[in-house]
Amino acid sequence: MVHVKTTINGQPAEFLVPAYLSLLDTIREVVGLTGAKEGCLDGNCGACTVILNGRIVDSCLVLGAEANGGEITTVEGLATPDALHPLQQAFLEEAALQCGICTPGFLVSAAALLKREPKANEQRIRHWLAGNLCRCTGYDKIVRAVIKAEDMSSQLSKSKAKVAAKPTAKSSASPKASSVRSSGRSGSGRK
Amino acid sequence: MHPFAYVEPKTVKEAVAALSKYGDKARPLAGGTDLLVQTRAGRFNLDAVVNLKKIPELMSVKLDANGLEVGAAVPCYRVYEDPKVSAAFPGLIDAASLIGGIQIQSRASMGGNLCNSSPSADATCPMIVHNGVAVIAGPKGTRKVAIEEFCTGPGKNALAAGEFVVTLQFPKPSPTFGAAYERFIPRNEMDIAVVGVASSVTLDAAGKTIKNARIALAAVGPIPIYAVAASEWLKGKPANEASIAQAAAMAKAAARPITDMRGTIEQRKHLVEVLARRTLTKAIERARGK
Ligand SMILES: Cc1cc2nc3c(=O)[nH]c(=O)nc-3n(C[C@H](O)[C@H](O)[C@H](O)COP(=O)(O)OP(=O)(O)OC[C@H]3O[C@@H](n4cnc5c(N)ncnc54)[C@H](O)[C@@H]3O)c2cc1C
Ligand code: FES
Ligand code: FES
Repeated sequence: MVHVKTTINGQPAEFLVPAYLSLLDTIREVVGLTGAKEGCLDGNCGACTVILNGRIVDSCLVLGAEANGGEITTVEGLATPDALHPLQQAFLEEAALQCGICTPGFLVSAAALLKREPKANEQRIRHWLAGNLCRCTGYDKIVRAVIKAEDMSSQLSKSKAKVAAKPTAKSSASPKASSVRSSGRSGSGRK
Repeated sequence: MHPFAYVEPKTVKEAVAALSKYGDKARPLAGGTDLLVQTRAGRFNLDAVVNLKKIPELMSVKLDANGLEVGAAVPCYRVYEDPKVSAAFPGLIDAASLIGGIQIQSRASMGGNLCNSSPSADATCPMIVHNGVAVIAGPKGTRKVAIEEFCTGPGKNALAAGEFVVTLQFPKPSPTFGAAYERFIPRNEMDIAVVGVASSVTLDAAGKTIKNARIALAAVGPIPIYAVAASEWLKGKPANEASIAQAAAMAKAAARPITDMRGTIEQRKHLVEVLARRTLTKAIERARGK
């Protein structure tokens, strides 16, 4: 057994893990977060994608023991208690999932892209997501959702910037931010 | 996976000791993108996995007046996201940025690519044309092996028991050096090369004559092939289409491909010629600063 001390979705975590257990099995079975999915177990499908020390990795190709001293973000760490991550909201609105098994991996990969390149173009998005496979959607809706999430994020940060510029405008700015989300929600083409 | 112990040496010496202790029941772990896939598939029956990533030398990238020294376990993204390295070592960048997808590039190392010793490895041929040398540590001390002499057969290499690669060294290229790597795959990303060709040239100051050249071929033999005859022939030749065409034909003659699910002998030989022409053309353009 290997003693692992790590941070998962901002929370400290400490546990014992068999040396041969993958990070994927560690997260799912030892930690109990089942968002990351097992697809291929050989690095091709990306369903198991998590962020490890700032980079997306296939957690099926990492040992749990290697997480010691590291920082992990899983799909469970994307939303805040008040709101979905713009990507999650955009995936719902654009119906960017069918069976959903690939979705956590796509969300985590795309979240890492948006963080470093908030205005990535379609070609870049497709290239970045090449390590994530989806058997259902044909990818177009996923790419559309990522582009929409970029727009939502930039509007959100603009409204936040306004708040910062005019501290008194705080109360008027936050409804605006949430209206982006709620208007989107009612506009969802799904169902 | 078969139960194994996890060893995390902090120094080269500790790693040599761990690998010697377990013998062929241990494997070094760099990014794990080959090792964990193969272990899961039952290729190894391991008692121990020795993670090399806590050894500082294995994880550092040094660029100075002598050249580039890349730790054997440094993941690809750290190579291609380094603007100085990418400017000076274009062939390495071509390879590092096309291995797997972004997730794989977060982990996969050029050292692991070399030590896995697959004939189709995408980083090995570019390392050959960049005149790379593997620095190896083992129970008997340190030694160096030129990359073109490292692989000895599919999955086999020059490493003896207890040895592992510490760093990969590349001499500083002259300002008139250029290199390129291209592969043929049926998809746009995430596939194993049907054929890959790396080429490099050093031109004279006027950019007209080829002073030195190297061509290396992936996936057309039991090991990555350094096409010596074609490379030597180019020395002193004008850097023009006729020279490129002749060298590409000679590279094709050096290929020893097999027919398998990825391609036939004929197709692979043809691809060698096409890719040799393209990579030589690109290498010359890069050498001229275009
Ligand atoms: C989805 C996917 C896509 C891929 N795409 C490509 C591709 O496009 N092109 C390509 O060439 N490869 C590809 N690969 C294969 C693999 O990613 C590469 O070969 C990679 O460079 C291996 O590096 P690593 O650091 O992960 O090696 P590891 O898996 O850690 O090690 C590979 C082998 O070398 C040994 N080893 C590692 N480091 C050392 C060392 N320093 N000294 C001695 N032995 C060592 C290990 O014991 C193991 O046997 C792909 C793999 C996957 C899963
Ligand atoms: S389960 Fe990890 S990449 Fe498919
Ligand atoms: S929604 Fe089914 S695999 Fe992507």
